[in-house]
Amino acid sequence: MELILAGVIKAFHLLVSLDDEVLGIAMLSLKVSGLATLVSLLIGISAGTLIALTSFPGKKVLVSLVNTGMGLPPVVVGLFVSILLWRNGPLGFMELLYTPGAIIVAQSIIATPIVMGITIGAMQNLPANLRLQILALGATRGQMVWMLIKEARLPLMAGVMAGFGGVISEVGASIMVGGNVRGYTRVLTTATVMETGRGNFDIAIALSLILLLFCFAINYILTYIQQRERPR
Amino acid sequence: MTQTQAVLELNDLRVDRGGVQILDIPSFSLCRNEFVSLIGPNGAGKSTLLLSVMGLIKRESGTLQYRGEEIRSEGDRLELRRKIAMVLQEPLLFDSTIYDNVASGLKIRGVGRGEMRSRVMSYLDRFKLADMAQRSARKLSGGEARRVSLARAFAVEPELIFFDEPFANLDPPTRQALTDDMDKIIRDKGISAVLVTHDQSEALRMSDRIVVMNGGRIVQEGTPSAVMNRPVNQFVANFVGMETILEGEVLENRDQQMAVTVAGHEIDTVGDEKPGDHVYCCIRPENVTVSVSHPSEKSSVRNAYPGRIVEVSSMGPFLKLQLDCGFPLTAYVTRDSFAHLALCEGKGIYASFKATSVHLIRRRAG
Repeated sequence: MELILAGVIKAFHLLVSLDDEVLGIAMLSLKVSGLATLVSLLIGISAGTLIALTSFPGKKVLVSLVNTGMGLPPVVVGLFVSILLWRNGPLGFMELLYTPGAIIVAQSIIATPIVMGITIGAMQNLPANLRLQILALGATRGQMVWMLIKEARLPLMAGVMAGFGGVISEVGASIMVGGNVRGYTRVLTTATVMETGRGNFDIAIALSLILLLFCFAINYILTYIQQRERPR
Repeated sequence: MTQTQAVLELNDLRVDRGGVQILDIPSFSLCRNEFVSLIGPNGAGKSTLLLSVMGLIKRESGTLQYRGEEIRSEGDRLELRRKIAMVLQEPLLFDSTIYDNVASGLKIRGVGRGEMRSRVMSYLDRFKLADMAQRSARKLSGGEARRVSLARAFAVEPELIFFDEPFANLDPPTRQALTDDMDKIIRDKGISAVLVTHDQSEALRMSDRIVVMNGGRIVQEGTPSAVMNRPVNQFVANFVGMETILEGEVLENRDQQMAVTVAGHEIDTVGDEKPGDHVYCCIRPENVTVSVSHPSEKSSVRNAYPGRIVEVSSMGPFLKLQLDCGFPLTAYVTRDSFAHLALCEGKGIYASFKATSVHLIRRRAG
């Protein structure tokens, strides 16, 4: 109990004094996971919308695969991205392994199916005739797709929350493709794992608190927007 | 009314779904300022016809001309869609304010801010929505939501407007108020309109022409009175409310005054069918009079039959009587008459109708 209490006090001290290293780790986490979420939004929303709005043979299989991908284990993603980016691997020439770029790639792969799955669900939940109504209003196909995305914006925000929440808190892929290099690829989760292993519970608690704060902040902001858009 | 030329002309339209033909229209046209109602049962192809004109469903064949110009390319179709407004059965409003909903068609067309504002405000005003412009469109009553969807359709100032049962599931006063508003704008602006409806009275009241559809085909088209009073076949007769349809055979025809036998009874009627012709005698229930004694000799009624009341059912302000006069007959009476004549199920009565109230449709023998 004493250990936890001392840890929490030290953690607050680190936070309040804006410890350079802790701050650096936090900012890198935010940058890497933010960019990965952005990439996953671009791919996930466009591909999800396309899948939801078209019919083709094998659609059900594809949607099932996407839904399965929503629970993709980060270590499996880490493993495959490592193999791809390995010096002798197919994408080795890019020299991305053990860089923040590698973490962005891995986290994008983790978040994309989450965003895509939520997009497909959101699009399919819109009224069936809404597409007809938008086209009947004189919209081009492109305008129609944009209006549908706007119409599904509230469930899509849930996609943003789930995607960001998924990647900022994952550790397996980040440690495998980033390598937890101090001051370079060390993010909140990998640092927490390492500090806990070393018995530095105070720093680990400080890092965890920041991680929780980020998760809460992004969810609070998006929930606030959702509630403002549709007060009940 | 000036109906100089066809605004829209459609030929040889065929639409298949799952290998089954669901629409086969050799020709259909809509004239300037014309109001046409499409009536027919569910699955008759009414909505499919409208959607295929809009280019929103794939068609197997068919040519479409707008003001004499053939619609060929995707670009032509988009241009045509922007001249037509369509109001579907559900209001399908966007998750934004009423103002934004009404503005949506104008935004799509890239109309400038100032003009958009004045047009939106003018249509909000016409549909009595001006006070609630900034309210969310998601929290409206059924009638309010329909008003927004109508304002949204009219705000683009279309040359043609299609209504696909826009007033389904609305209470009669709301329905009446909305059809009045809509009718007024259509007449004011000289818009050609097509209304898909199940409500015959609505079709009768508003249309210049009624088109009856069944099984993907046009079965009959004509003025409201022609379709309502002179249906071309049993299906249309049934659909337009000819509740009594009796099989008979023409006995004689003297100067178009005819006698037809129906189940061993003679019915006087007028027409030009020949003796021996097989016919359906169609009689509207509102044209059948029920009395407790034989109608006076002084009356012009040519047909009077003793019978009895088999069943009484309520039809709002009046009652529907199923009569057995040796052949089945349906009549409407008001609640007052019903009470005054002390009618009840099983009671003996006289049913009478004029020879001119019987509409004859030729049928194949058998």
